[in-house]
Amino acid sequence: MSGVVIVGACQAGMQTAASLREHGYSEAITLIGEEQHLPYQRPPLSKGFVTGRTTVDQLALRVESFYTERDIEVITGDRIVEIDRSARSAVGHLGRRYPFEHLVLTTGSHPRPFPGPGARLRNVLTLRSVEDAVAIATSFNGVEDVVVLGGGFIGLELAATAAALGKTVTLVEATAGLMGRAVSPRVADFFLRQHRARGVDVRLNSSVSEIIEGTPGEAGGVLLTTGESIPASLIVVGIGAVPTTDLGVDLGLGMGLGILVDEFAQTTQPNVLAAGDCAQHRDLAGHSRVLTSVQNAIDQATVAARTITGDLSRPYDAVPWFWSDQYDLKLQMAGLAQDHDEVVLRGDPEAGGFSLLYLRDGRLVWAESVSKPGEHVVARRLISAGSAVDPNLLADTTVRMQDAVIENSEMASTVE
Amino acid sequence: MPSIFFVEPDGTEQQVDVEPGTSVMMAAQQHGIEGIVADCGGACSCATCHVYVEERLQGRFAPVGSFEDELLDTTACERLPNSRLSCQLTMSDETDGVRIEVPESQM
Ligand SMILES: Cc1cc2nc3c(=O)[nH]c(=O)nc-3n(C[C@H](O)[C@H](O)[C@H](O)COP(=O)(O)OP(=O)(O)OC[C@H]3O[C@@H](n4cnc5c(N)ncnc54)[C@H](O)[C@@H]3O)c2cc1C
Ligand code: FES
Repeated sequence: MSGVVIVGACQAGMQTAASLREHGYSEAITLIGEEQHLPYQRPPLSKGFVTGRTTVDQLALRVESFYTERDIEVITGDRIVEIDRSARSAVGHLGRRYPFEHLVLTTGSHPRPFPGPGARLRNVLTLRSVEDAVAIATSFNGVEDVVVLGGGFIGLELAATAAALGKTVTLVEATAGLMGRAVSPRVADFFLRQHRARGVDVRLNSSVSEIIEGTPGEAGGVLLTTGESIPASLIVVGIGAVPTTDLGVDLGLGMGLGILVDEFAQTTQPNVLAAGDCAQHRDLAGHSRVLTSVQNAIDQATVAARTITGDLSRPYDAVPWFWSDQYDLKLQMAGLAQDHDEVVLRGDPEAGGFSLLYLRDGRLVWAESVSKPGEHVVARRLISAGSAVDPNLLADTTVRMQDAVIENSEMASTVE
Repeated sequence: MPSIFFVEPDGTEQQVDVEPGTSVMMAAQQHGIEGIVADCGGACSCATCHVYVEERLQGRFAPVGSFEDELLDTTACERLPNSRLSCQLTMSDETDGVRIEVPESQM
């Protein structure tokens, strides 16, 4: 058998297919997804899409002709239910078989459901797909009170959108701070104040024990573990994403939270690769983790494509980056929240925009920027280059960040 | 449908017809114009969708916003007076036929 079968047709799947052709792969490529759409972008779903600023057509990552011109066969609406190892083929839910030489799993992740009673009531919604976003947008039209479960990125973006639409919003977060370990306590606190200033009732250290039924079959609010109840006619659950790994489990692949892959996107079995939200890899700081971001999907999928073409010259070592838009604030992160020995504040948080720059041994390793996209871009470059920087110059907003570089590291990475 | 003429660094030209309301970045991505990387998918967060806009029609697009202005100062290729981030350029009948030059590099 020859050819590549890619299971999961979204950010990572599309990128694997496109990169394979870009790197000269000439065998058959079949990209299979259970959704009815061509691969599309998810980030706008919790941002402009809910308010109608972005339409479904505008979400498509590529148009149909892109795939046909590159001889990439895209199958929509088929869910792969089994991988037949001996026949080396993937089996669709209606029995169609897709033979392969290489298999790439880009099955992504799905929302963690609310674990308590009431999760199945109408108007208890999660957000992953276009259909989910349409359901939320539709519900927004008819409701006054919204409860958001979870103070992660998606929960906060939806809370911001609902508040901007004039809804009464309560956000319930189980831990002591917003956005978990993805941001520093300082940035979490900055966003906490922003949300509260705009009228969102943020409850930290609070847990929902139950979603209460209002009119029969419909959610009417939530009950906190303290006994307090908060009425709401829409409950949005944003308590995290779970890697979709059932096919990997069936295959007996090495598993952590996600499908374990090495720096070449290879799983523990030959000719089976994985990339994106469903994969778990060892990051630059040596921690094994699942990264759920567009950057990781694109960069890891590109590595998977190279591996299939036999090019093992560039392991996955890209600097992670991420963004989140809340109200008119743009939060961006570059690098890894790892050990550092110095923090530089650049700019004034009260004046609208600032960056927090984290150094180890005089080199930038992590950067958080709020409404300073230019500083974020430069930080990404400085982190990839491993440049040594002068902290005093970094803090000085009259000096461009790139001019704070002292010397370029001899070990400068070749990425970007 | 308004058309865009993409001019790649090697001089090759490609015409792409789009629905009004589509951004120049989306049009480029969807049709595989590789010189427009658009890492962030149009969130005005990355500066890898830099283009040079034909001067004749430059004024028909919405003006440069403050995030865009800041990002244009960090582009890989030189910022010129007709530099824009293509994710911030929305196509309409007003901008039909615009020539968009793709720079040598985005990173
Ligand atoms: C609302 C929202 C907002 C986000 N905002 C941001 C942001 O601002 N910045 C950022 O960097 N990231 C953001 N993300 C995360 C980002 O969208 C994901 O990291 C990215 O989509 C991962 O791509 P993927 O291809 O690995 O997985 P997915 O996009 O999840 O795609 C996997 C696909 O595989 C399909 N599939 C699964 N199992 C099977 C099967 N057995 N057979 C066939 N098909 C299957 C699924 O239906 C899905 O279409 C956001 C995500 C969401 C949901
Ligand atoms: S696509 Fe990222 S800034 Fe335009």
